[in-house]
Amino acid sequence: MKELNYDAAIIGGGVTGCAIARELSRYQLNICVIEREEDVCSGTSKSNSAIVHAGYDAEPGSLKARFNTEGNRMMGDLSEALDFSFDRNGSLVLCFSEDDRPSLNALYEKGLKNGVPELSILTGDEVRAMEPSVSETVVAALYAPTGGIVCPFGLTIALAENACDNGTDFLFETEIETINKTDSGYDLISSDKIIHATYVVNAAGVYSDQIHNMVSESKLHIIPRKGDYCLLDKEAGNLVSHTIFQLPGKMGKGVLVTPTVHGNLLTGPTAINVTDKEETSTTAQELADIMEKAAWGVNNIPFRQVITSFSGLRAHEEGDDFVVGEVKDADGFFDAAGMESPGLSSAPAVGVYLAEQIALKANAKKKENFIETRKGIINPQKLSLEERGELIKKDPRYGTIICRCEGISEGEIADAVTRTLGAVSVDGVKRRVRAGMGRCQSGFCIPKTMEILARETGRNMEDICKNRSGSNLLTGKRQGGE
Amino acid sequence: MTEHDIVIIGGGPAGLAAAAAAKKAGTEDILILEREGHLGGILNQCIHNGFGLHTFKEELTGPEYASRYIDMIEKEQIPYKLNTMVLSISSDRVLTVINREEGLIQIKAGAVILAMGCRERPRGALNIPGYRPAGIYSAGTAQRLMNLDGYEVGKEVVILGSGDIGLIMARRMTLEGAKVKVVAELMPYSGGLKRNIVQCLDDYGIPLKLSHTVVEIHGKERVTGVTLAAVDEKRRPVPGTEEYYSCDTLLLSVGLIPENELSKSAGVDLDQITGGPVVNDCLETSISGVFACGNVLHVHDLVDYVSEEAALAGRSAAAYAGSQKEEPSSSNIRLRAVNGVRYTVPQFVNRESEAEQWKIRFRVSDVYRDRYISIYYGDERVYHKKKKVLAPGEMEQVAIKKESLEKYPDLAEIVICTEED
Repeated sequence: MKELNYDAAIIGGGVTGCAIARELSRYQLNICVIEREEDVCSGTSKSNSAIVHAGYDAEPGSLKARFNTEGNRMMGDLSEALDFSFDRNGSLVLCFSEDDRPSLNALYEKGLKNGVPELSILTGDEVRAMEPSVSETVVAALYAPTGGIVCPFGLTIALAENACDNGTDFLFETEIETINKTDSGYDLISSDKIIHATYVVNAAGVYSDQIHNMVSESKLHIIPRKGDYCLLDKEAGNLVSHTIFQLPGKMGKGVLVTPTVHGNLLTGPTAINVTDKEETSTTAQELADIMEKAAWGVNNIPFRQVITSFSGLRAHEEGDDFVVGEVKDADGFFDAAGMESPGLSSAPAVGVYLAEQIALKANAKKKENFIETRKGIINPQKLSLEERGELIKKDPRYGTIICRCEGISEGEIADAVTRTLGAVSVDGVKRRVRAGMGRCQSGFCIPKTMEILARETGRNMEDICKNRSGSNLLTGKRQGGE
Repeated sequence: MTEHDIVIIGGGPAGLAAAAAAKKAGTEDILILEREGHLGGILNQCIHNGFGLHTFKEELTGPEYASRYIDMIEKEQIPYKLNTMVLSISSDRVLTVINREEGLIQIKAGAVILAMGCRERPRGALNIPGYRPAGIYSAGTAQRLMNLDGYEVGKEVVILGSGDIGLIMARRMTLEGAKVKVVAELMPYSGGLKRNIVQCLDDYGIPLKLSHTVVEIHGKERVTGVTLAAVDEKRRPVPGTEEYYSCDTLLLSVGLIPENELSKSAGVDLDQITGGPVVNDCLETSISGVFACGNVLHVHDLVDYVSEEAALAGRSAAAYAGSQKEEPSSSNIRLRAVNGVRYTVPQFVNRESEAEQWKIRFRVSDVYRDRYISIYYGDERVYHKKKKVLAPGEMEQVAIKKESLEKYPDLAEIVICTEED
């Protein structure tokens, strides 16, 4: 068993864990992030609506309300400092009947109480003037200009890379099976490691109840709540410019229709409680459900242009709020549990809050040499013709296009693999540079992406995985093959 | 910015045949742009035989068929750039092109021939429910990994879709030692060639289940199995007919899509049915001086027909580049596909055209037996021919003689249809 010592160990490399790591790496502390998958952003953080909520949804006074509003406020500056895609495109909540107007008004009032700025209620005609595809049946809508869309992979990976640049260790394919309280903190035990940590943060997503319950008598219960999505071709990306919600019902926020920061159209999610924390299979019924519900609010969604469907799990805690802070009966053990929606929006604020709590308890000082910014992978498509030509002159790999659908070059893929916390799997490449995320869904580029991964990481092609270990893309060399 | 009389986008069978024909028609200044490291396109990974029966009257493998044309290109010293991708085309035929050596360059083309081929429909487009593990490949991707790169993509295989690449891969994987358990086809008929069903499935005892589809994919890391079910006449799964097949690989051969992103960037009008450009009898698109041929125009069954069609595009582009005309030729007679005929290519013919006759290619929308193909000029049936079998997997063609139009000076539309009698 390998033994490792840290001042603080964060369990979970999702957006919440990475945000906490990034903020905690401001302090003179020796910290690590423990992730059971091969990469960060591999659970709930990778499969969600990619929305930065304005903050009108949560109950006033709740942690969700507080962190959502704060996180939304932080997102613009953070996206500049860490160089990820974020667009404050504004959101609309559609109201379909005069009978529902009281709930629309109540949402507006909640928003005011939560400190959401610039809210207004629009008439149906005003909504259609902004969004011509919105249905004639819409009578009114809540408009929140501060709502936004973000690349959830971009955000999580940026936070992780910056934490890593500031000294945070990342321990991948490490699943914590047991936690023992010790005199100096906790022993976190996986199949091949013992990690001694003075402070522990539980940011384990749908598993945050299991991790919490290892150290506390006051039990949590996370119900994985599955949501399916359909992602449409970029040709459909201009159908709407705002994020379009329907007035929330009992099971969540209903079905939304939104552009993504990359120019696709996304619609979903459903909301089905499941028992298996790995149950991310889509179902025909849910996909049909999305198509039906999405059409209530937005006309002419071209579902023929679906390029993929996917499913994610919300970590819904029975108490219906985030569980954030030190656990009462576990000194030095901090929860960031129940991080369902608006968890993505809230992560930056939760990160700051928990990092301050831990630093205070550890009496840690801030580093003087903290690196505040991080440069993302160059996107040649955003350069001028001259700049792009210069780039190719400097590094000819930017002149070879690997993913034709998204126009991704070998240079970008190689950067994704070799940079800080580089991708080790095909999905890792896809989340960093979008190779394979276009309309052919990697049909043409996957052999080449695998080759670059194998070459840059010094592995055999047969060892290249789609994501976690065991997801090998090839089953061997061809007999008689070279 | 450099200039060329004809720029051909794509160095596969269509691009090569177009280049050879354009050269033969007298154009000297031709440039082929190919995004891969070799000429030949997808033929390079089609190592089975069956190519060239019409063109060369002998049976060749894909690479052999390609090499016949590559030899012509080399002999004629037609220039080409490899590893070179066109990023966009403007409506005045300026191409933005990228490669390692030259970086980002712009090329002005006297005429452009679109020959980018097609791509496979991915799983996502089918919305097959279930997990998203490794081991799900479109058939062509698996073909490339096996035949060009030398890897084994799976040991136990289920194939969804009976398109030709799927059928070919059923045999190919069997020969490599994999167990191909079943080929499931959503439709009540196969989308592939009859000869491929016989030679690739029947000869190896691989069952073909028509009117069946995959209703669930199992496995979280690598595929562990799929569930098939029968579908009713509306293609909905029939409850109670589910059957589980354990496998580590699911190959998809569920259709090909002409790859027209570049055509769209130039503003070329596309046909909703073919997914390719709308063209006249010269294979000229809605943009003057932009021609299209091969699978980017419509998906073909045989490469021989691609070559033939591409040669016409090459000759037309040569005539265009030589004539300096700037107005698109008026396309005055529309071809309308009805009653069992899904589409036609070309979609228009021009009575001022120099050709003596036009070859009209089309596909039918269902399997028909003892049915007629008919052509109408207005109310008058001018062609009526019985076919023993018509199937969507096989491309059909009829010829229309230009002189046959002389008696119909006001004709605006030609109707092509199937008829029972």
